[in-house]
Order: sequence, then structure tokens, then C-alpha cells
Amino acid sequence: MSTFSYGQLGFQVLEALVKILFMVLGFLMPLASILTWLERRQSAMMQDRLGPKRAYIKLPIIGKFYLWGILHFVADAVKFIFKEDYVPSKAHKFLFMWAPIMAMAPALIVAAIIPFGPSLCWSDLWHSSGNLVCDQPVPLQIARLDIGLLFYFAISSLAVYGATLAGWASHNKWAMMGGLRASSQMMSYEVTMGMAVLGAFLVYGSLEPGEIVAKQSQFLSFDNFRQSWGIFMQPLGFVLFLTAAIAETKRTPFDIPEGEPEIIGYFVEYSGMRFGLFFLGEFLEIVTSSAIMISLFFGGWHWGANVDSFFAAHLPNVLFVLVMFALWTVKIFVFCMFQLLIRWSLPRFRSDQLLRLGWQRLLPLSIVNVVATALIILWAQRS
Amino acid sequence: MAVGVKVVNRPGSFSQQMFLPAIAEGLGVTFRHFVKNFFGNVTGQRKKTDIATIEYPEEKKAYPERFRGLHRLMLRDDGQVRCVACMMCPTVCPAHCITIVAEEAPDGKIEKRPRIFEIDELRCVVCGLCAEACPCDAIRMDTGEHAHPTYRRVDGILDKEELMSRGIASRAVQGGVGAFWREKITNVPQTPPSGDVAPLGPPAGPTQVVDLSRK
Repeated sequence: MSTFSYGQLGFQVLEALVKILFMVLGFLMPLASILTWLERRQSAMMQDRLGPKRAYIKLPIIGKFYLWGILHFVADAVKFIFKEDYVPSKAHKFLFMWAPIMAMAPALIVAAIIPFGPSLCWSDLWHSSGNLVCDQPVPLQIARLDIGLLFYFAISSLAVYGATLAGWASHNKWAMMGGLRASSQMMSYEVTMGMAVLGAFLVYGSLEPGEIVAKQSQFLSFDNFRQSWGIFMQPLGFVLFLTAAIAETKRTPFDIPEGEPEIIGYFVEYSGMRFGLFFLGEFLEIVTSSAIMISLFFGGWHWGANVDSFFAAHLPNVLFVLVMFALWTVKIFVFCMFQLLIRWSLPRFRSDQLLRLGWQRLLPLSIVNVVATALIILWAQRS
Repeated sequence: MAVGVKVVNRPGSFSQQMFLPAIAEGLGVTFRHFVKNFFGNVTGQRKKTDIATIEYPEEKKAYPERFRGLHRLMLRDDGQVRCVACMMCPTVCPAHCITIVAEEAPDGKIEKRPRIFEIDELRCVVCGLCAEACPCDAIRMDTGEHAHPTYRRVDGILDKEELMSRGIASRAVQGGVGAFWREKITNVPQTPPSGDVAPLGPPAGPTQVVDLSRK
């Protein structure tokens, strides 16, 4: 960054574009699509049912491929696209059209700050990166913002507009109630969410997820405790953040805005791919919130110092990056499955219980967590 | 007080208010089922009896014996329709879905027989009153089938031939017995009807019976 040159700028723009395309088309959308199938299949496994398993693809010579029903998401997408795009006659056409996009876009934008692997050494791809000093590292993170997670909170809180506007623009009482519930719920839990990660900020001294991940290089180390995973330093913070994140995705223990058995919620008037966007946006939020949680509390792409250094010493840089990305994906996948497990195990809260839990339990606890963390850090620095 | 009253103290204990122990327990239960079924699927050890799902078009659940389904018209020993067009069933039918047009029966023993016998299965409410009202066991609802889906409404109306095609000879005493029938039945020697005798319950078909009893 010492000298400005257009070549450097062009390289950075190209690099960012490639990373955006890879994250959106190569990671987020496929994973979210597979989650729409996994949710049904996993819940079936949990409830002694069969689940979706009948969709198949027929290849000319080789025959039918069932793939355990994974292709159901393709069938769903085809169905969504060819369904009638119904707009109620009294709906606000413009907002009705844009609300699904506004609900889904934040989940994609937020992915910009997620670090998804170690730095790629562009000038020296084929040497092992054990103790390599790289002169042109490409961080596997779309945007390194100093405000980091503040960006996450700023953008993810925009998702509430999608839900609320969908409810309002539909000209339907149930949709309206769903939108109102969504706004009250998401605003309440955003406060807890922000408070819960303050402890992690204090511990790592940074807001930037890439930097926070870089500091969690040890799995659990008592010598330099502040380099171990966030879950060991902020267990309470993690539980609070997890709860708030599930509430933000508006899924079952907190699915008041949707309320399938009663008001169907803010997307009751939507059909076809517009409903599909809401549906997909929900799963994208699961992926991105899992990624944020992993970055903050589970070491990002790190798997402990031993594993990291082993792969770094024995593999060329490009393979090392690929392996660590794959392992990070495993982490994300496990986390998504855990969120699905919660969604299919717990009953719903009532609306008043939900707000009471948010404001009277989680928020005070998160404040206590921040103060206690600060005091412990102060005490550790003095001694 | 006669009724037992269970006093529930709310809010409960501290661990109950924390939610977390109960949540962990619940997640444990569902996760146990998930692991069991998942590895059962992988190894092929998952038993049919462990799965609550019935894959409907391929496998069907056996209906109970008294299940009311599609109508059928029973037959005499000689293959003629048993119905004597007495108009009991269209009279009792609450949905007015039975249409009978009578004509004179060719043999002298029976006065009438139906020329047209139509049942609109789309109007039928499957109450079973017609089968109960029938004095000569001519109309039954024990086929064990549902009304079939059709593309046109007209196809939902079944005519006499269609209804008779599911019918078989009845075990009941054939018509023309008249008054004091109880005495006559005991005196008249019963000739066993030729052909198949209607069994109890739905007819045995290609239906695959699934044993739903858990082990």
C-alpha cells in the first residue's frame, strides 16, 4: 500500500470480484439450497419419518440418480420459478416486489466480512507455507473492514425491513401482524446480540473478524490463554449470541413472526419464487450467522495449532488453503445442523415470553458478561 | 373435592427458569433418534417398523373391517342385480346422491328392478345410511376403496353396471320371502349360493398390508 498504482488497484478489484463470485455462487447459495433439503431430511430422521427422497435425475445411459433426495431442492426451484407470481390487487406493488429481495440481500452482503480460509500466497502457490514470508498475500475474506462486526450488525438489522415491508405491502391483516411481530422481535434481540459479542471484542481487542480469527490460533492453551478459541473465554457470551442469532433468523423457538399454525406471517400473500427468496434468505441467515459464530467463538478456519502447522508444513500453499477451507466448511455444516436440531426440538415461545426472555433475561446477562469480562481482563493485566 | 387438583408452582425452580437443562435434554432425545435413524439408513439396518411413514401409492394401510368406502351393488345367484327398486336408499340419503328409475322385473317372483341406478360419488357424504336402509342387502359400502379421482364431474357418477362390477353374490336370503320370513327361513332349506360368497370386510386385493404395530 506504499505506492499507488492502477495495476495494483485492478488486481484488488479483480480479486474482490472473484472472491464475491466464489462466496455467493460457490458457497452460500449451494449450501443454503442444500439446507432446504437437509432441514426436511434431518427432521425426518429425528422424528422417525422418511423425509424427501424421491426426486431423481435421469441420465441417458447411466440411469437414475437419487442422491438421497438432495435433488429435491432443484425440483423446488423449478416449481417456484414456474408458479404463478400472484400479486394481491390491493397490495403496494413496488414494495411487494422489493420486500423479498430486501429480506435476502442482507444475508448475502454480511458474508463480505467472513474470513473463510488462510491467506493465499499469490506469488508462491506451490511451496509449503510453513515459514514462508509472503510478499503478496491474498486474504480469503472479501472485505477487511476495520469496523468489522459493526458492519455485520448494521447490515443484518436491515433484514427487518424486508419482513416488515412484506407484511405492510401485502394488504393483509395476518401479514401485517407478522411484520409487526418480526420488527419487535428482531429489534429486541439485536440489542442482546450486540452486547453478547462485546465480551469477545474486549478479549481479542479487535472488531475485525479476520483479526479475531487470526488470534484464535490455539485450540485451548493455558500458557497464552487469549489465543485459545472464544468458546473457552466467552461461554456465556456464546450462549447469548447463539440464542439471539436464532431469534434473528426467525426460526422455531422464536418463530412468532411466521407462526405457521396461526398467522402464517409476513409472507402469507407471496407465491412462487418471491416466497422462495424469503425461504432461501432464512437459510442464508443460518449460514452467515453460523459463520460469524465460528469466526468469533470457534476459531474460524483454525483447528488448533498442531493441525494447522501440520498441514502448513506438509502441503503446498494452495492445497493448504483448500484443505483449511474444506475443514472450515465442515465446521459451518455442523453448526447449521445444530441450528436445525434446535429448530426441530424446541416448542415455540409465546410473544410475551419471547420479549420477556429478550429484555429481562438475556440483556441483563449480556451486560453482566461484558462487565465481568472487563474486570477479569483488568485483573489479569495488573497481576 | 372429587377432582384431583395438581398445583403447579410458577415460576418453577431456578434450573427450570434457566431453560438450558431442559433444552439440552430435549436436544439429546432428538439427536439420539437422528443418530439411530441416520446410521440405520447408512447400514440398511433401519427397520420398516421403525418408520412412521407409509409410502402411500405403493403401500397401503389396511382399513378397519367396518370402513365405509365406494358403493357396490350385490348380485343374485344368477348374476342379476339384487336391488328391487324399493326406493329406501334414495329416500334416506341425506345428500340425495342416489337416482333410481324402476322397471318391471321379467320374472314373476319380484315386482320391480332398477332400470337406472346411479350414485353420485361426489355428492355422497359416506354416511352409510343407504346400506343400512336396504332391506335385501343389495347396496353395500364395503369395497375398501375411496371414490376415485376423476378429471370430469360426470365420471364421478357411477351407473348400475359400474356398481355391479364390484358386486358379488350375497349370503342373505334371496327375495320373495314375504311375511313371516323368520319362520320361513328356518323351514326353507338354504341352498348355498353358487359362485363366491361375500366375505366379511373389504375384498382381498393386491393391497399390501403394512404391520403398524410397534415392537
